Amino acid sequence: MAVLEAVELSKHFETRRGIFGGSRGTVKAVDGISFSVESGKTLGLVGESGCGKTTTAKMVLGLEQPSGGVIRFDGHNLETLDTDGRRHYRKSVQAVFQDPYASLNPRMRISEIIAEPLVTNETVSSAGVAKRVSELLDLVGLPARAAQLFPHEFSGGQRQRIAIARALALSPRLVVLDEPVSALDVSIRAQILNLLVDLQAELGLAYLFIAHDLAAVAHLSHMIIVMYLGKIVEAGDARDLALDPKHPYTQALFSAALPSHPNERREEVILRGEIPSPLKPPSGCRFHPRCVHAMPACAVEAPELAAVDGRFLACHLFTHEGIKGH
Amino acid sequence: MSTTTITEVAAIRDTGRFRLLRSRDFPLVPVLIILTIALVAVFADFLAPHNPEVGKLAARFKPPFWMAGGSMTYPLGTDQLGRDMLSRLIFGARVSMVVGFTAVIFAGVVGTTLGIISGYMGGWVDQAIMRLTDAWLALPALTFAIFLAAIVGPSEMNIVIILALVYWTRYARIVRGEVLSLKEREFVRLAVVAGCSKWTIMRKHILPNVMNSAVVLASLMLGVVIVAEASLSFLGVGVPPPKPAWGLMLSDGKQGLMVGYWWLTVMPGLCIMLMVLSANLLGDWLRVKLDPQLRQL
Repeated sequence: MAVLEAVELSKHFETRRGIFGGSRGTVKAVDGISFSVESGKTLGLVGESGCGKTTTAKMVLGLEQPSGGVIRFDGHNLETLDTDGRRHYRKSVQAVFQDPYASLNPRMRISEIIAEPLVTNETVSSAGVAKRVSELLDLVGLPARAAQLFPHEFSGGQRQRIAIARALALSPRLVVLDEPVSALDVSIRAQILNLLVDLQAELGLAYLFIAHDLAAVAHLSHMIIVMYLGKIVEAGDARDLALDPKHPYTQALFSAALPSHPNERREEVILRGEIPSPLKPPSGCRFHPRCVHAMPACAVEAPELAAVDGRFLACHLFTHEGIKGH
Repeated sequence: MSTTTITEVAAIRDTGRFRLLRSRDFPLVPVLIILTIALVAVFADFLAPHNPEVGKLAARFKPPFWMAGGSMTYPLGTDQLGRDMLSRLIFGARVSMVVGFTAVIFAGVVGTTLGIISGYMGGWVDQAIMRLTDAWLALPALTFAIFLAAIVGPSEMNIVIILALVYWTRYARIVRGEVLSLKEREFVRLAVVAGCSKWTIMRKHILPNVMNSAVVLASLMLGVVIVAEASLSFLGVGVPPPKPAWGLMLSDGKQGLMVGYWWLTVMPGLCIMLMVLSANLLGDWLRVKLDPQLRQL
């Protein structure tokens, strides 16, 4: 069952130039993407910086209002929720962000940080709060005495554990993980990822896992969505997609990630050029200027996301015209 | 992740207490001067040998005790009305301290509040508050203060309000700038996700994190405000006589300077200088010590 469902979700930013220019360009940070996060499962969202991953996370968290499309939680449209529904949604969806040094208020004790979502949303006795805080600390593998300390007394990995404990304080059903391990030392990443996997198994959490670290995404996710300049280019089962990427962009992404074994031989796909400005996305397929398989049709017509071999692809190579032209 | 690390960390923290006071460059002398003046102000009633507002006309223009004609009855001499200089300086400290600290705190509360609201709310609220601040800053501070004093009339309380009204803009500006960067920090976003209201976020997440800057600014403003109070008193729109204020004493004594009654101006002048210098040295030190960028390391 889908906990969270997004249909044709878009976020457009107006840009102003000059004093008299008024509103000129529109940045389509997220342009009509649809996905669903299944209960107790992880949906991985990958792509380069600026592809719209974080904007998507912000819309799900209610930090940005979508310019178009619908987000449904348990089948209820977020926009039409009443106050109670809104509060219920807030309690059910929490987040862990990238930078563990910026995500904890340096002036609050760990106990206050972890308890904040709880005290804000529910009426709990102070003894109840203290009990819950020590439960949560235990859950993320920190000693109970950590509650009395301040954030600067912890390492990056420990801070991220605290951030996770806070996100779990209200027993949410969905946790948005926006690059939760990118800022951590490589040696700590696996610990945090494993903790996240264990917590999911234990608490039945659904994750919306946003990252550019493909190994981490492939390790944690059940489904993966690959985004490029605000659009989905490929989506499918995590294992299939990681082992056999089909879209030229996905191939390039996975080719850029380190192989699991140094002796592993594989085809290298190196992307040419930079990610284009989202203010002036290329015509047709947004990826065509950098694509090694680009065909004349790619510059003209944008490929639609279509089901191909049990996954979704937006590429002319896999449509009838593409196959004919090849 | 072991418990030992946490214990070790806790041990470091404990020894780290009062580290501000024990640091090598702690401005001990300025702090002692400010503390002394504060204590003198508090215990003025017990310390002053004479009534500061009533003098003996028979004992006018007595010089300090170490000069010919001086005596220990009036250790620092007397003024044109025969009032004891030492007692007047002691009670003047009270005026300076009370006016200085209250005005700085008033200005700080108003300025910090408006700065936080302006920075966090953004949009038209921000525009309104910042344009008001700009307009306010365009007025020359002392002229504006004289203008206000002329309207409301001189009294100690009015001076406090006037100085607060003149100087709140500095806090508003600096605090707003800090809030703009703070509100993009992830812990503020997470507070939104947790369902905290705007007011809760401003109070619990923004305010504690701008307090450092506000305190540093306050310590630097203390000097400015004390000089401003002295200037207003000197110009006759400050604390009304016969209440002793350092600026007023300076003003009253200025004619005596040319005929050799130097103690009438030099004594209060020295007091003002010591106080302002100490406040500024302390402020400079605090600015380096509490700088969020330096401290975060």
